[in-house]
Amino acid sequence: MRVMVLIKATEQSEAGEMPSQELLEQMTDFNEDLVRAGVMLAGDGLHPSSKGVRVEFSGRERKVIDGPFAETKELLAGYWLWQVKSLDEAIEWTKRIPNPTGEHGVVEIRPVFEADDFGEEFTPELREREAQLRAQAETSA
Amino acid sequence: MKRTIEAVWRIESVRLIAGIAHLTRDVGLAEDLAQEALVAALEQWPESGVPENPGAWLMATAKHRGVDRLRRAEVHQRKTEELGRDAELRSRVDDDLAAAVDDPFDDDLLRLIFTACHPVLSTDARVALTLRLLCGLTTREIAPAYLTTESAVAQRIVRAKRTLSATCVPFAVPEHRELHERLASVLEVIYLIFNEGYSASAGERPIRPELMEEALRLGRILAELLPREAEVHGLVALMELQASRTRARSSPSGDQVLLLGPGPLALGLAPRGARAGGA
Repeated sequence: MRVMVLIKATEQSEAGEMPSQELLEQMTDFNEDLVRAGVMLAGDGLHPSSKGVRVEFSGRERKVIDGPFAETKELLAGYWLWQVKSLDEAIEWTKRIPNPTGEHGVVEIRPVFEADDFGEEFTPELREREAQLRAQAETSA
Repeated sequence: MKRTIEAVWRIESVRLIAGIAHLTRDVGLAEDLAQEALVAALEQWPESGVPENPGAWLMATAKHRGVDRLRRAEVHQRKTEELGRDAELRSRVDDDLAAAVDDPFDDDLLRLIFTACHPVLSTDARVALTLRLLCGLTTREIAPAYLTTESAVAQRIVRAKRTLSATCVPFAVPEHRELHERLASVLEVIYLIFNEGYSASAGERPIRPELMEEALRLGRILAELLPREAEVHGLVALMELQASRTRARSSPSGDQVLLLGPGPLALGLAPRGARAGGA
């Protein structure tokens, strides 16, 4: 199964503070562990919300709102995409995320929908089309 | 707690077995000692809690059991001392996992992969041993892949280990000249596992994603260990491609569906396996 691992923002990350050398080194080691274990699929840090934008949908309306956004606790600072055997494995890996300053932080783990999860709504035709898209993306990647 | 320990085991077991095999030079014994360490963990961690460095705890426990066994077997005193000395060296290294040699671990992991896939073993034996040692699957999880019983799988694994011992297969990465041929044997095993998941020739469900995922994982690990071997990258790319296409092959009721021509508008879901290579 795949999971998305979401690092919640903090005041520091929203302020655009660069991570310490220590954290960068430890995080690099951690990412290498993930790659070596064949778990890592993707991962990146995100710029603070001041550099981001929201698009609000309402009927046919689209409203564009510039960051920063207020609810720091609900914002994201980074993400990973992992392949794991179980949510428990994801939890164990997550516990190993370095936190040298010992500050309070939140990481959220969300299982990714796989095609089978969509059930009846996801007809064979839709599945096939999705598979074609993925295959195209694979070959062009 | 049991699920947590199983998750920790999944993360640590391959490194553990590889590290012990480095000391024992015997993959079968390494697995036995690793299993003993797991049993100890299942007994002690519910009370003491999961240690902060579970890998080091498991390794230390396995080494103690190893030394015990040697003493009981009344092997030559010198061998015990050797192992003890090695064990000390290793525990110093384990103490600081950050400094803990990724290189020797990588070497040991490669040795383990090549040993489990040694051509002296039958293909079935190689697959079973790989699923066991490198994927940490239990015999119960392996059995359905062969449409056979747990005990048949267990026997196959025991025989495989015995064959490796009897033919004195060294715990080593093959020499440069042999590497390509031996690598072909490894890639064959990985692809067989993948294929079993992809088409699942036997069993109730036409596709077993768990096996595909294990194969993909092994492929990625190998690509990381042998980044200059193009065939490994090729195999991973092939598996990723096929895995992404597999989603069209089961209808909601689980029946096999042939891939058709272009269908209605897609949901626009993000491509699988997009590896940003970030960090």
